Amino acid sequence: MPVSTASTPDTPLPRRSRRIRAYALTGGRTGTRYQLLVETLISVPRYDPALSDTLMPESRSLYERARVRCSVAELSVGLDLPLGVVRVLLGDLAAQGAVFVHPTAHAYHHDTDVLERILDGLKRLPA
Amino acid sequence: MGSSGSPPEGDLLTISAKIVVAGGFGVGKTTFVGAVSEVPPMSNEAWMTEAGQGVDDLPPGTKSTTTVAMDFGRITLRQDLLLYLFGTPGQARFWFLWDDLSRGALGAVVLVDTSRIDESFAAINYFENDSELPFVVALNQFEGKPVHDLDEVRDALALDPAVPLVTCDARDRASTIATLTELVGHTLSLAVLSGPAGRELAVGTPHA
Repeated sequence: MPVSTASTPDTPLPRRSRRIRAYALTGGRTGTRYQLLVETLISVPRYDPALSDTLMPESRSLYERARVRCSVAELSVGLDLPLGVVRVLLGDLAAQGAVFVHPTAHAYHHDTDVLERILDGLKRLPA
Repeated sequence: MGSSGSPPEGDLLTISAKIVVAGGFGVGKTTFVGAVSEVPPMSNEAWMTEAGQGVDDLPPGTKSTTTVAMDFGRITLRQDLLLYLFGTPGQARFWFLWDDLSRGALGAVVLVDTSRIDESFAAINYFENDSELPFVVALNQFEGKPVHDLDEVRDALALDPAVPLVTCDARDRASTIATLTELVGHTLSLAVLSGPAGRELAVGTPHA
């Protein structure tokens, strides 16, 4: 199934900026039902080349790059796409099951074990 | 990457955490992140914002899009646990982006430069009044700088006695690690105090 990008914008784009085009790719949407924090890790659990072929170039780049687990922020830097665009496109990919959205430490904030593991990890870092 | 094209077993269990490194312009945020990050600090023009959303003076009828850079680094604490450090945009008109960066963070380190303490007033104000994040204030004190008495600095910053105040050298790896350790210890002590009835935010799951 091709990635859903809602409808194409009705009005012509005022400027031919690459960044404006990037937002056009999201159908003007700026939100996603997934909470994709800048540090949220993204993986591709089962890579499917046939699926990759159906994706728009930007979504395909995200899909390909996330084959090596990567944070939302690193995807934004690596592909030079604004965070807002990365979030919307990743939300679409997650909704169709193409990518896995890892939980972040905050999902476990009721559980002090995670904080203690982080504290322990910091204390073990070579100085 | 394996020839199967699938991630290694257990990789999907890896989680990430985030600490925000804040402070005014030129107080050493990027230096701090660079001293401890295992990769050179990464940066790009991550946010697009309509100028005028802040305090820009633009002629009436003009619209202009500004991009704001995001700076960050990464530390692998364990094979399945990554810690990201994000520096905040320095300019005061980008407070609304601080909300984006702060969401889900373990806490914040507010850096203060002894020679320009006033640069960090706004950041301290933000974390005291506009954010729920635990934070510590770290006096970036490196060689050749006058050594300040911490109590005097606390007074000058009008800092709440409950907020830890430490000194650090943002260029020094061991010193930045000690500062991060101080913050996570502070966060942990608050988490133990507040218990499971604390803040709630479902992350990583659809909230339809």
